[in-house]
Amino acid sequence: MRFDQRHLLGIEPLRPDEITTLLDLSDQYADRNRKRTPSTDVLAGMTQINMFFENSTRTQASFELAGKRLGADVMNMAMQASSVKKGETLIDTALTLNAMHPDLLVVRHPHSGAVDLLSQKVNCAVLNAGDGKHEHPTQALLDALTIRRAKGRLHRLSIAICGDISHSRVARSNILLLGKMENRVRLVGPPTLMPSGIGEFGVEVFEDMREGLKDVDVVMMLRLQKERMDGGFIPSEREYYHRYGLDAEKLSHAKEDAIIMHPGPMNRGVEIDGTLADDINRSVIQEQVEMGVAVRMAAMDLLARSLRERREAQTESVMV
Amino acid sequence: MTILITNARLVDPEASEVTLGAVLIRNGVIAEVFDTPTPEISTDNVPSENRRDAGGKYLAPGIVDIGVKICEPGERHKESYGSAGQAAAAGGVTTIVTRPDTTPAIDTPETLEFVRRRANEAAPVHVLPMAALTKGRDGREMTEIGFLMDAGAVAFTDCDRVVRDTKVLSRAMTYARALGALIVGHPQEPNLSAGAATTSGKFASLRGLPSVTPMAERMGLDRDIAMVEMTGVRYHADQITTTRALPALERAKRNGFDVTAGVSMHHLTLNEYDVADYRTFFKVKPPLRAEDDRQAVVEAVKSGLIDVIGSFHTPQDEESKRLPFEEAASGAVGLETMLPVLMRLYHSGDLDLPTLFRALSLNPAKRMGLECGRLTKGAPADLVLFDPDKPIVLDRFKLLSKSKNTPFDGARLQGKVLETFVSGTSVYRST
Repeated sequence: MRFDQRHLLGIEPLRPDEITTLLDLSDQYADRNRKRTPSTDVLAGMTQINMFFENSTRTQASFELAGKRLGADVMNMAMQASSVKKGETLIDTALTLNAMHPDLLVVRHPHSGAVDLLSQKVNCAVLNAGDGKHEHPTQALLDALTIRRAKGRLHRLSIAICGDISHSRVARSNILLLGKMENRVRLVGPPTLMPSGIGEFGVEVFEDMREGLKDVDVVMMLRLQKERMDGGFIPSEREYYHRYGLDAEKLSHAKEDAIIMHPGPMNRGVEIDGTLADDINRSVIQEQVEMGVAVRMAAMDLLARSLRERREAQTESVMV
Repeated sequence: MTILITNARLVDPEASEVTLGAVLIRNGVIAEVFDTPTPEISTDNVPSENRRDAGGKYLAPGIVDIGVKICEPGERHKESYGSAGQAAAAGGVTTIVTRPDTTPAIDTPETLEFVRRRANEAAPVHVLPMAALTKGRDGREMTEIGFLMDAGAVAFTDCDRVVRDTKVLSRAMTYARALGALIVGHPQEPNLSAGAATTSGKFASLRGLPSVTPMAERMGLDRDIAMVEMTGVRYHADQITTTRALPALERAKRNGFDVTAGVSMHHLTLNEYDVADYRTFFKVKPPLRAEDDRQAVVEAVKSGLIDVIGSFHTPQDEESKRLPFEEAASGAVGLETMLPVLMRLYHSGDLDLPTLFRALSLNPAKRMGLECGRLTKGAPADLVLFDPDKPIVLDRFKLLSKSKNTPFDGARLQGKVLETFVSGTSVYRST
């Protein structure tokens, strides 16, 4: 078992065997979380700071719970109400926090690359909880774990990612991860919501949803991010739902045992039919949330291990 | 004062040749060009400290750099006329043509006169100011083009703020045409390029950065050329950086319009992938392009379709660059680095030295109506002596500019300026 990363900034730098290592450990935590005493002390004595420069309830709660179950001291900083508003730069914020000697820093930021920039200025392990339109690695990992548990494998599957690909960091991380694990990835959505140069990503692109869903194993819906729309990407919500919303008829083109996923929060009646989302035979949306905690526990556990190793190596070199 | 430079390889962009010879400088002009390395002339009146044995190194007309940002007035901590002048001299740039996108913009004869006075006091090289085309660069009302020309404005531009209102632009161009003024445009469709930090494509999508289609440049150029056809104004496109824009430029020239175009040193030597992990020192405007585009613009410089190469020297302090990529300021310094960086194209065999100096010195001088840029008898003695082979490792903290935002920090380059002459006076000599 090897995991050589200092930070978890994205899926892009991970090797397939590192992804497998992470998912294997996540599996153990998922099972453990279902028991009455899920807590451990692997992060005892460590400090985890959650810095969210962008609104989040679910991801922040998931990271907080994961840290607490591992025995870390968890602190949440609501960055929107803080010194950032007073004009402090990201790097100054990072240096200030660094002086408090945290061990794990969980960061979400509205700008692509901001978490990467911050990681260069601190001594602790940094986890990217979503940066702009770039990456959201723990979401892709929890999706992968959910798929692996539902389908029994994470390779040679046909997976359709549907909706607003262009503004989605979840889509980018998933395309990278599923590609690395040798799956067939299809992207479905209107061309106005497809990123440029998508033809070079090694994916198939469909503008017709029925064609795109044909015989797939997994249907991954994305949130139509209204707050990101500058206006004019789609004519209206109802036309979008008609052409790209997931309903029973469109789903019938997928494999009979295809599962439905959604990173949340859902817009029922915009990108997904409400009853379909609640169908416990098809929808794994609640399991995704559950796997989220397990994956974040595993990621923090592995990063803490490599942090300890580095610190021990430093201490030894000082003693020599 | 008389200076004799012997045993030099003379780069003549007019004749497109490099020959071994010597040059005699007297009273600020090139008094004689000899076709032998050590001419037998009486050197009694040339004191020994004014004689240079170039040792076979290269002598070329000094660089005329169109589109340099000097942050006076407004942001002198980023760059002053003094620091920029020193940097220019160290980079073989003998004439700086400055941009008016200062704070406030250079849009009145009074500001322009202030700038000229500051420049003449502080800079050891020639400084020629451009003025804003519209007041405050707001694209609403034209500036006092006539007064500004009387005060010494060599061209009119709103820099990277495109005049969106074509009615305003057509009137400003028509008025400028009557005065024979040169307009410098920034060919970009302003709505498509709003907020863009990269060129759209795989790289931009992978990094999740806001991007602009390369087509926006062609649209901007097409519009500007139509306006030129309508008004008959003299027009220079500041930067042409994409393959798609080249046929429009070619057509405009073939149709006999008074149109020229430039390109930046960065777009000739870097591509979009150099941004790598959000390196903000590589954020320039327009954004770096695909490798195909880079090769196409190098080819266009070679063929002469693109007339001018410039540094588009844009000083930014560390605070403006140490930000997430989208928020970081655009631009890079280039006065000192341009010559060594462009030697990459010489060493790769893409461009020979006469071609490079045609675009660096001869063409920009002609476009600005200057006598310099030539290595012939009677031309102003604005010259650069350099060694194109000397290996250097660029250290940004050794740059003379106040701002150190170069994408070439740590780059291994070949090429070093040995001495720079402005009007026959040595203004920089490497140690």
